[in-house]
Amino acid sequence: MVEVDARGLSCPEPIMLTADALKNADGPVKVLVSEPHQKTNVEKLAKDRGKKTTVTQDGSGFVIVIE
Amino acid sequence: MTLYDSKKKLALAGAVCGIVAAILAFMGNPANMAFCIACFVRDMAGSMGMHQAEVVQYARPEIVGLVLGAFIISVATKEYRSTAGSSPMIRFVLGMIIMIGSLVFLGCPLRMIIRMSAGDLNAWVALIGFILGVGTGTLMLKNGTSLGRAHETNKSSGSVLSVIMAGILLLAVCTSLLKASEAGPGSMHAPIIASLLGGLVFGAFAQKSRMCFAGGIRDVILMKNFDLLTVIGALFVVMLVFNIATSRFVLGFNTPGIIAHSEHLWNILGMYAVGFAAVLAGGCPLRQLILAGQGSSDSAVTVLGLFFGAALCHNLGLASSGTAMNAETSEIVAGAATPNGKIAVIICIIVCFVIAFTNKREAVKK
Repeated sequence: MVEVDARGLSCPEPIMLTADALKNADGPVKVLVSEPHQKTNVEKLAKDRGKKTTVTQDGSGFVIVIE
Repeated sequence: MTLYDSKKKLALAGAVCGIVAAILAFMGNPANMAFCIACFVRDMAGSMGMHQAEVVQYARPEIVGLVLGAFIISVATKEYRSTAGSSPMIRFVLGMIIMIGSLVFLGCPLRMIIRMSAGDLNAWVALIGFILGVGTGTLMLKNGTSLGRAHETNKSSGSVLSVIMAGILLLAVCTSLLKASEAGPGSMHAPIIASLLGGLVFGAFAQKSRMCFAGGIRDVILMKNFDLLTVIGALFVVMLVFNIATSRFVLGFNTPGIIAHSEHLWNILGMYAVGFAAVLAGGCPLRQLILAGQGSSDSAVTVLGLFFGAALCHNLGLASSGTAMNAETSEIVAGAATPNGKIAVIICIIVCFVIAFTNKREAVKK
């Protein structure tokens, strides 16, 4: 699975990296973020692209699997 | 609770913030400054003697409220994260640039919108520069510019700016230590309690909606996403209605009382620097205050850069003057950008490019 580690990055980098990964990946994409608003942003991006997301908490951050 | 998941909620958040700004303007804040972040940080810097411009010294409770409002709501909704370490000194410099550009134009992006809603055509001209600046910053981000990762720190570290803000408010209310203007814009303010409450509400709604003036335009350019622009649009509409209803709407360039000037090139370049620097820093001045409140020490350092920049602007004559009416002769005296301010803006834009070209994301480093 393609992994995007966007932890600690400022907006809009997490979204940009996720969008790039979605463009290039065939299978699911796993995104790591540290802030709640970034989690929401990634979820919205996935929804816009017609994809499903599964979110799990990882410490104070989040892991979002997009497929 | 989130205000970020639908355009309707985002518009509501923008409208609430617009209403807060309108009420504070109605209750005594300077005309069309209402809730300007750059102006109010500048006033606060003056209240602490960081600069000696006597007409712009006042510890604005709005700024305290914004930071504390974001702090309280982020703790309450578990969004508080104490982080630091993403190029702090570069962010300090970006904070300075944002303030210098703002004070050459005479307002932050929030005030630009407020001035636009009052019919001030200079602000519409400056919008061109702001969009170009945000566009340049976005292009740089696309080409790999990044200030690097922030890391988690001790919980208390992220609350330092909030504590300092609370301390400044206590000093302002309980002592006569801080300076307060007796004339000029610094002397015009809503009652302290109204300003503080307004700031708290504005801060809480801005935190939940992720309101950002640079982000709004950036997201349209980058992803054709109009969410953040919706917030700003709603705020603009509320202020427009308020200005028309209270006969404050005057369409034109030379509008004494608004504190603006008509040097178009410098309005454009000032806001170009602001837009560029704000995108590199990850948000406009308002967003920096909010992020600092929710625990980002990097944004807190950007806020310190705003304070430092404000002090430089008034100590070194970088801030522009506003078009004013001579009370005796009723003649309009045109405001202007200063020679020092013009040179400073050019340097600021060059520094933005240097920062953009020298800070690359790990994967694209060569």
